Formats: sequence, C-alpha cells, structure tokens
Amino acid sequence: MAKTIEEINEKIKTGKVVVLNAEEIIDYAAEKGVKKTAKEVDVVTTATFSPMCSSGAFINFGHSDPPIKMTKVWLNDVPAYTGIAAVDAYIGATELSETEGINYGGAHVIEDLVSGKPIKLRATGYGTDCYPRKEIETYITGDTVNQAYLFNPRNAYQNYPVATNSSNRTIYTYMGKLLPNFGNATFSSAGQLSPLLNDPYFRTIGIGTKIFLAGSQGYISWYGTQHNPEKERLANGTPCGGGGTIAVIGNLKEMTTEYLKACVFHGYGVTIFIGIGIPIPVVDEEMVEFLRVKDEDIYTEIFDYSVQRRNRPSYGKVNYKQLKSGKITINGKSVQTGSISSYFKALEISNVLKKEIKDGRFYLTNIVASLPLEEKYANLDMLSREEL
Amino acid sequence: MIKRKLVLSFPENIVTKPITYKLVKEFNLEFNILRAEITPDMEGKMLLELKGDKTQIDGAVKYLTHAGVTVQEAAKDIIIDKNLCVDCGVCTSICITQALTLDDKNRKLKFNKDKCILCELCLNCCPVSAIKVHI
Repeated sequence: MAKTIEEINEKIKTGKVVVLNAEEIIDYAAEKGVKKTAKEVDVVTTATFSPMCSSGAFINFGHSDPPIKMTKVWLNDVPAYTGIAAVDAYIGATELSETEGINYGGAHVIEDLVSGKPIKLRATGYGTDCYPRKEIETYITGDTVNQAYLFNPRNAYQNYPVATNSSNRTIYTYMGKLLPNFGNATFSSAGQLSPLLNDPYFRTIGIGTKIFLAGSQGYISWYGTQHNPEKERLANGTPCGGGGTIAVIGNLKEMTTEYLKACVFHGYGVTIFIGIGIPIPVVDEEMVEFLRVKDEDIYTEIFDYSVQRRNRPSYGKVNYKQLKSGKITINGKSVQTGSISSYFKALEISNVLKKEIKDGRFYLTNIVASLPLEEKYANLDMLSREEL
Repeated sequence: MIKRKLVLSFPENIVTKPITYKLVKEFNLEFNILRAEITPDMEGKMLLELKGDKTQIDGAVKYLTHAGVTVQEAAKDIIIDKNLCVDCGVCTSICITQALTLDDKNRKLKFNKDKCILCELCLNCCPVSAIKVHI
C-alpha cells in the first residue's frame, strides 16, 4: 500500500513519524527487507554541503529620501546587478570585490548579510523626475533591508565528475588544487547521502518541494540550469556524473552561517558552500529501492582538467566507495583523492532535518510540478546569424 | 657553525639520485633527516636539518637548487583552525604523508602532526583558509 504525504504529515503531527537518514536506511533495508522497510519508515533525509557557484541573493534595500533609481550597486565594493526595479538588486556569489579581488566576493557579502555584519552600500543612478538622487553611500545589515532571499539557479547537482591533472604543472581549478602528473584527484558529491541520487527519477523531489536550505525552510523553485536528466544512467537509476539539478529559494534572514559559508579557491575565485537537506517520503517499495543506494553503487567519471577544452579526456569511472577510501587508480598509478563537498556537514544536516521532522517543526510537501525527465543539454558554438 | 631546517622537494626524475650523500662529501655538512616521504617515480619531500659552516650551507643550497631540488625554509608549525574548517577533506588529497586524513567513521578532518613534514602544499588548497602556518 502506497503512503501519501498527507498520511506522513499526520504522523509528524502526532509524533509517530519514523525518520532515518540516507545512510541509516542502507543497513535498515538490508536487515529488514524492502517490504518491511517501506511499511515501517516514513521519511528518509538526504543532504549535501558543497561549493555551489550558481547561487546568489535578491535584496530590496528600501527607498532613500530623496529616492534613487539605482543603476549601479556595490555591496562592500562587490558589484551587484540592479537592472531591475529602483532598489532591487541581485548579488551573485562569484562576483569579485573591485578592491580586494579574489579574497572577497559576493559569497562573503551574502555570508555577512546572514551573520548580521554591517555592509557598505554604494549606488549611482542617472536621476529622473521620480528618482532625483544620483548617488548614495550608506550602511545596511540583513535586518535593515526589506527582503533578502537566496535564489540559486543551480544547486545540488545529482552527481559530479572527478578532476585530475595529467600535465607537469600544478593547476588551480574550481575542483581545487590539482598537483602535476596525477598527483591527486578531487570529487564533489555526498554520494549515498546526496538528495537527487536517492530519488534519481525525481519521483518525490520536484518543483514546490520544501527543503532545508542553509538552516531555513526553503523551496525548490524550478529545475536548475544545465539540468541534464538524459545523462547515461546505471540500472539503479543514478547518472554517471552530472545529471539533474535544482533551483532553490529561501529567506536569507532565517539562514545560518553554519550551513552557508563563503569560500575561495586559490587561483580560481570565490564561491559559496551551501547546505541543502531534502526529506524523501517513503511512499512505496520502489522508493526504498532507490533510497538504499550506497556509495559503491554510484559511479562517476574521471576527467583531466589540465586539458583546457570543453571535452576533456576521460580516465574511466570510479565509485564513491573507492573515492572515499582516499585512493583510486588512474592509468595504473595510485592517486590520492579528496572531496570538496563535506560529507561530515551533509550528515549533520541530514540529522538536523531528521530532528526537525520528528519534533513536528518540518512538514513534507507534495510536488507542484515534476522536474523534467527530458531536457536538452546544449553547447555554445560560435555561429554567424546565417548558421543559426 | 649554524643550523638550518629546510624542506626539499625532489621532482620524480631525480628522486633516485644520491643527492644527500653529496652534502656530506662536498660540503662537509652534518645533516639530520627529520621526516621524509620518497617513493620511486613520485615527487619526494624531505625535512632536513643542516649543521655546518654558513658558506658551506649556502653552497649546498645552491647545489641542490641546481640539481633540480626545490629548497624552502621549513615552517615551524601547521595549524588547522577548527572554527573555520568545514571538514570537506580536499586537503587530504594534497597531503603526501597523510598527516591530514578524514576519520573513517564520522568523516571529520584529523591532523596527525607527527606525520607532517611541513611541506606547505596544503596551505593554499583550503577553500575556507583554515590551514595556517606559524613561521
């Protein structure tokens, strides 16, 4: 018998809900069998904590007197986009400071907004009859502004490639520092704990799903950019790298820096660690089959990041158990591995979310619309008008 | 007589050459290998304490550099700021001696100072700048 979200929410209300995290469900299902697990467990919490470049925040500053129609905005000298209404702006996580360069960026502004630090707002405008002011310099905090919400176009990648370096020099990438001659390899996924790997065909995770977003209760607002559901999959449904993505939204004022952290990849740039937790309702036995997926059943592909092209050479596939062991073999050579995604933090988030559900502070939602299972993954080619 | 602590990095093609032998023979230096991580066909690292005449030590450093060894003054200490660390573990891939590892069970970062050869490779790999050096 399939369970509905309403039935699960009723159990949350009466304190009878059974919640496991995506690590615990593996042994539970192995011991009790799929049928019993589907009956006994109501929710499985999944999570990830990883740098996610495609993140940013919308802010409405409120109107000054006399008012200004902002055409250029800087927050602590980091440019924000304001080609929308007069005092609305979008600060992107990877934007760099005009004075501090790579050491401070949009991600730091967002983290400072969350932690309540004062931020210098500077803006210019061209002056209109209704917005006469041409420049402004003042200080704001997360509390003084009207709305401040995170709106991330692409987060929680279903899976991600492994990066290594075949060249004879150290390279600095968004996958971290890669030592020469296959000196190391880095990966970026929580594997068996990661949300979209536990619901590979997006049966329960969809548009409208309520999620844990950096400490707040946010939502999946759309499918993410570069959403690629047609990526080659294993029999268990998990894609071998890339795959689906989600766009998420949530109130920055309710977030915590515990689960939202600016970071700098030396030689590459600024990005932001985002903590996301997604509860998966155990609606039926098929869902248990997906949820019991473990690190050794999830594969990803190794790519050579020293080749500065769109298509990089592949060095084959590995699973997350091998990656997490600290060593993999590339071209017959033993190579040390490291993750840029924190499994420790992901596990912590899965447990925080578990507790919120058990305590009746987090209810599940039905999806409003499904994430697409068909979507093109286009490249950008240089074309003339005639070639389009 | 002076003492200097140096970190030597050997590229893989010279790992097998008897370089330290020359330090004794030609520069009359006393040396003490404090820590080393050298495997054939891989880049090697060595923390070396040299004792001897200042001009002889300078000459030895010149000789090493010429031979393709990267020589740098050893740092005193590597510090992990636990308040900043997010336990991602990217540094564990860089750490040749495996002084930095993730705990098998809870996946939290562990730093075994006894294994650290102060090579400083990890310094600029930390995305939250939690790895610092005391000079």
